[in-house]
Amino acid sequence: MSTTLSYDRLSEEEKHAHFMERIEQGDKIEADDWMPDEYRMTLIKLISMHGISEIMGALPEKEWVPKAPSLRRKLGIMAKVQDEMGHGQLLLRVAEDLMKPLGKTREEIMQDLFRGDLKFHNVFHMPAPTWGDAGLIGWLVDGAAIITQTNMLKASYGPYARALKRICAEEVFHAQHGEAIIMALAEGTEEQRALIQDAIDRWWESLLMFFGPASSSTTGASKQDTTIKYRIRTKTNEELRQAFLDKYIPRVLSLGLTIPDETLHYDKEKGKWAYRQPDWNKFKEIVRNNGPKSKDRLDLRITAYENNAWVREALSPDGAVV
Amino acid sequence: MGRGGETMKSAQEAKADQNYQAALTELLYQLADDDFIIAFRGSEWLGLAPHIEEDVAFSSINQDTMGHAAIYYQLLEDLGQGDADALAHGREASQRKNAVLLEEVNGPGHYLKKPLYDWAFAVVRHYFYAQAKKIRIESLKNSSYQPLADAAVKINMELYYHLLHWKTWFTQLATAKGEAPERMKNAIEKVSADMGGVLALGPKEEEMAALGLIESEEVLTQRWNREMEKVFAPLPMSLPAVEMKRGDGRSGVHTSDLDSALTTLSEVYKQDPVASW
Repeated sequence: MSTTLSYDRLSEEEKHAHFMERIEQGDKIEADDWMPDEYRMTLIKLISMHGISEIMGALPEKEWVPKAPSLRRKLGIMAKVQDEMGHGQLLLRVAEDLMKPLGKTREEIMQDLFRGDLKFHNVFHMPAPTWGDAGLIGWLVDGAAIITQTNMLKASYGPYARALKRICAEEVFHAQHGEAIIMALAEGTEEQRALIQDAIDRWWESLLMFFGPASSSTTGASKQDTTIKYRIRTKTNEELRQAFLDKYIPRVLSLGLTIPDETLHYDKEKGKWAYRQPDWNKFKEIVRNNGPKSKDRLDLRITAYENNAWVREALSPDGAVV
Repeated sequence: MGRGGETMKSAQEAKADQNYQAALTELLYQLADDDFIIAFRGSEWLGLAPHIEEDVAFSSINQDTMGHAAIYYQLLEDLGQGDADALAHGREASQRKNAVLLEEVNGPGHYLKKPLYDWAFAVVRHYFYAQAKKIRIESLKNSSYQPLADAAVKINMELYYHLLHWKTWFTQLATAKGEAPERMKNAIEKVSADMGGVLALGPKEEEMAALGLIESEEVLTQRWNREMEKVFAPLPMSLPAVEMKRGDGRSGVHTSDLDSALTTLSEVYKQDPVASW
């Protein structure tokens, strides 16, 4: 009680200094704690984008849920996509708590998505035309997600860190699910093997883009400095991309597959992978909802939202008959 | 009980009795194909449910239901009917034994393009089906075919939640303000017109009951009606008589909705049915 009272008497600068001290000591910030506006806004943007990406991320795989080629694969992909939806729900709850003092709700998140103000992850704007893509998404997209998300497991914001703990545990299963699909194809017929190579060729650039530009000079905007300052994440985009390349290049090559970048090599002196930069202008266009599947996937969500308006009306507090 | 009142403990025992095997496989095809096709229809809803919480719950139910289908197809495989995946993905529409109601499309549009799916229809179809399945599963717990009775115990645990889920949606929407009750009334009429096909046990119904595989269609239908009457009593709407307007799926009568469903769900499988996926 007394600490709360004295806290109220602090100036904004003192509060800020105290806050920075807390997070630097590894303290967790909770939803009702004082936090700088910049911290709150950064978290809202990061977490609502993460949450909505999980939800939009179900859509590329949606195509393959009914089409999975065996009962076991059908069950596997159903479970996987259900998890993704569950992650979306969990994260939106975290974002909703942060938005509460601003008087905003999930409704605003959805409207921001529909208007194009809230972006979703670049990979989920891309087409997934074959069963090979369904495997590759689980294997490499979820593999990449594990790398970015474990980077935030110690995030200074407690509710996000806790949500990520559960999400990362489930993502490991997803990557295994994807890997199992890929392994079955890799050990299969010529046609099945061709499905994977085709998917890698299609997804490689998007996978590099997944981690974001190395610095804000590339695309004119990057939140990585702010998120590192506030101990939300520890590693830079480039460090994460290198970790991904470290982990997956040997695995891709060991399956006898090729990576569509003849310049790709490990630079021993620098201790880093050298690779051809993806087209960052294309990246900017993609996340502005001008990717190959952006409109279709947004259309799906908007159609569902409008089509179910009567259900929301019926569920609203004044919708029930007294 | 099987012939003479005994329990059939294994596929081997069941296979030794031709009549028993014929009635048993008939019943298993109905159970498997029903769950398989409605789980498929449910999976088309992914990402389109009224809210995110429902998307999570509905996909969990679909996953359970697909799992139940897999259990039944496995029982068929054990009885020498062929590979479970081939039974699920490779059979023609005319060989399928599911009720016509369960193959019907979710509404206008395609699951990837302008899906104007009808949530009222989804709720009523799933609720009516879950209730019928619950009654059937309770009866199957005493089936003379022991592997099926064991499966029923397992399925029953998940079914409890499915029924609770759909019943909640059903009563909530039926008693809400706004256009919900009218939409529900229309959906109830639409579902009732073909619900008879779900309750039917097909041409081998009498043998199934006589061999103790499941109780008679008449007894099960009465139970279903009693449950429905209880739920409808406080509602501002009534349950029309159930019919089988578009034919008896148990006899292999189906609509073009099943053909298009099979094309989609077996698209990858059919690229190479002998390959390992």
